[in-house]
Amino acid sequence: MYRYDHYDQTIVDERVAQFRDQVRRRLADELTEEEFRPLRLQNGLYHQRHAYMLRIAIPYGLLSARQLRTLAQIAREHDRGYGHFTTRQNIQFNWVKLEQTPDILERLAGVQMHAIQTSGNCIRNITSDQYAGIAADEIVDPRPYAEILRQWSTLHPEFAFLPRKFKFAINGAQEDRAVTAAHDIGLTVIKNEAGEVGFRVMVGGGLGRTPIIGSVIREFLPWPHMMTYLEAIIRVYNQYGRRDNMYKARIKILLKAIGSEEFAQEVEQEWQHLKDGPGTLTLEELQRVAAHFTAPAYEVLPASDAAIAQLRQENKAFANWLARNVKPHRIPGYRAVVLSLKKPGVPPGDISAEQMETVANLAERYSLGELRVTHEQNLVLADVRERDLFELWQQAKNAGLATPNIGLLTDIVCCPGGDYCALANAKSIPIALAITERFDNLDYLHDIGELELNISGCINACAHHHVGNIGVLGVDKDGSEWYQVSLGGSQGNETTIGKIIGPAFSAEQMPDVIERLIEVYLRERTDEEKFIDTVRRLGIEPFKAQVYGTPIEPKATKAGEQARG
Amino acid sequence: MAEQNKRIIKDRAIIADDWLLLRPNVSALVSPSVGALPSEVSIPTGKVIVPLAVWLAQKEALSARADIGVWLASDERPEALKDDLARLPLIAVDFPKFSDGRGYSIAFLLRERLGYAGELRAIGDVLRDQLFYLARVGFNAFDVRADRSLEDALAGLTDFSVRYQTSSDEKEPLFRRVHRPGEVP
Repeated sequence: MYRYDHYDQTIVDERVAQFRDQVRRRLADELTEEEFRPLRLQNGLYHQRHAYMLRIAIPYGLLSARQLRTLAQIAREHDRGYGHFTTRQNIQFNWVKLEQTPDILERLAGVQMHAIQTSGNCIRNITSDQYAGIAADEIVDPRPYAEILRQWSTLHPEFAFLPRKFKFAINGAQEDRAVTAAHDIGLTVIKNEAGEVGFRVMVGGGLGRTPIIGSVIREFLPWPHMMTYLEAIIRVYNQYGRRDNMYKARIKILLKAIGSEEFAQEVEQEWQHLKDGPGTLTLEELQRVAAHFTAPAYEVLPASDAAIAQLRQENKAFANWLARNVKPHRIPGYRAVVLSLKKPGVPPGDISAEQMETVANLAERYSLGELRVTHEQNLVLADVRERDLFELWQQAKNAGLATPNIGLLTDIVCCPGGDYCALANAKSIPIALAITERFDNLDYLHDIGELELNISGCINACAHHHVGNIGVLGVDKDGSEWYQVSLGGSQGNETTIGKIIGPAFSAEQMPDVIERLIEVYLRERTDEEKFIDTVRRLGIEPFKAQVYGTPIEPKATKAGEQARG
Repeated sequence: MAEQNKRIIKDRAIIADDWLLLRPNVSALVSPSVGALPSEVSIPTGKVIVPLAVWLAQKEALSARADIGVWLASDERPEALKDDLARLPLIAVDFPKFSDGRGYSIAFLLRERLGYAGELRAIGDVLRDQLFYLARVGFNAFDVRADRSLEDALAGLTDFSVRYQTSSDEKEPLFRRVHRPGEVP
């Protein structure tokens, strides 16, 4: 992974010093809260329901074991012993004290981490594919470009006070695993017919109040032009994006207002002034950064391990875990392992300090000392030898990190919601926990198969509920919490926005609602159909009929009881 | 008449300032009879920074004076001044709120696209913690908000010693300016 040089380190150190002084001035009342707010936000510090929340950047989701240990220490000493991984591959601590944040940031700087621009109306942390560098379907490794963009966007002087937040995602594989279509700018690294590397540039995607799929404004942008072209896009946005209404200030609204073609022309015009100028990326710089992401010295291993195959036969729990949590790797004999942070009884994405240390140890023992955070709020050990899988599984299981549910109904994507977040209209975590409890029958869960369930506590859509196969949105109605359900959303190459099925439900009804949706699927599916395929084929009507057909009374049975009996 | 003892930051030093900033509300004070038609606002003698609309309406008369500057609101376009840059000793850009970032692009375009070389002054809600960014995009003068210490604000200019990007102050990005051998293991 990328390691800071003297310049990178200096910026992060100076940022800590700057923020320390800003906190001092705030505490001395030299800064009003209104003036301090954007300053703290641009260092990831939110004021939440009970305390300050600090969001720490994990650039494109990449972490070292050493960094994770530091996060564990911070969890212990400055929080209540846990942290929360977010859908933008960052980590949040929910219980920090303002006075301590400069020390936390200093500690992070010591392991080449920071919280720069994890909030505020600026360019946020750049997200990417958790399988970058190891996926068989990769076209170009996006990480060097992501790191170059991290540096370019860090303290960009012109773009620190944009009309609204600005999110980049970058993907370099056949399959989009970075939800690029739902970002202000979604880049796909591709090759043209001549084999040259460039980007397909998508602009104006976003979820939130107005979910919109991004528009491609350039099919192929040769890589040297990456920064100048992005500069042109953001300069146009900075000048013409709306500032009178924060709900209409994202770039997607500007694109909608003037049309993507007109927007593309504006960008093109601006870009002509910058194209081939000094902002053009050089091969030397690309190679410097790319050298940090070269493939490790993989061992030559057989494509499949006989002992593991044997254990798979003998041990059903292990087999389940292999089926769900172990992903292919482009190198024979290697696998990527997803450590599930979706255990029954634990809020999705939460991890304890002890678990962080266990994961750090596992990463060092089995995966070259590195790990990745997924936007689905799990962790990935990306370079595991197949022959180590059984050992790794046992240790992960002991630490509560081996729930075999990746990609299944209980691999719920969920924001912190009303339990923590000051913006939330409703709680989200208890809904996730109740659904997980209802669907605790593993056989039933595996039978249902792949299904993405996303729960957001408000319209800001941090949990990406619009692109969940089942999306749940917490809403406030006359002071009480209700849940609106949408169906048919999906991420990936066919990103679609789900459709709302009808009136909202109470929290107590939600497990039944999900169960009824599943019943329709199980009744109607053809052999090879996933949940989303059935929804696409039938539309939402039969699901609607089932959910609203009879009143939903609270019940005590577990889902799949009948299937079991 | 300029405010008495008014000071600003210019070229990284605190200096006395003798420019009068003509805001719409100020013009009402200067010439109460004026219903604020830009063509009718009377411009006092001495160094005056007038709103863009006033400049455009009275350009012919004002061009004869060497002590007129123009200020742009954050929703006004720098290109409106493109034919006048050579005769303007000062252009100011207003920040109605420090979080309104349009002025950064206005400054960048004035300097880099239109080649403006005179004094470029940030006015309005100008605060210490934005000075580093403001200086980078081309401002060289800062009319810091009146209730804030200039000495303190001056420190904001030197918060960072490393600049990754090219902007008005750095004609090349860091990777072209320095050799970065990297510390690859």
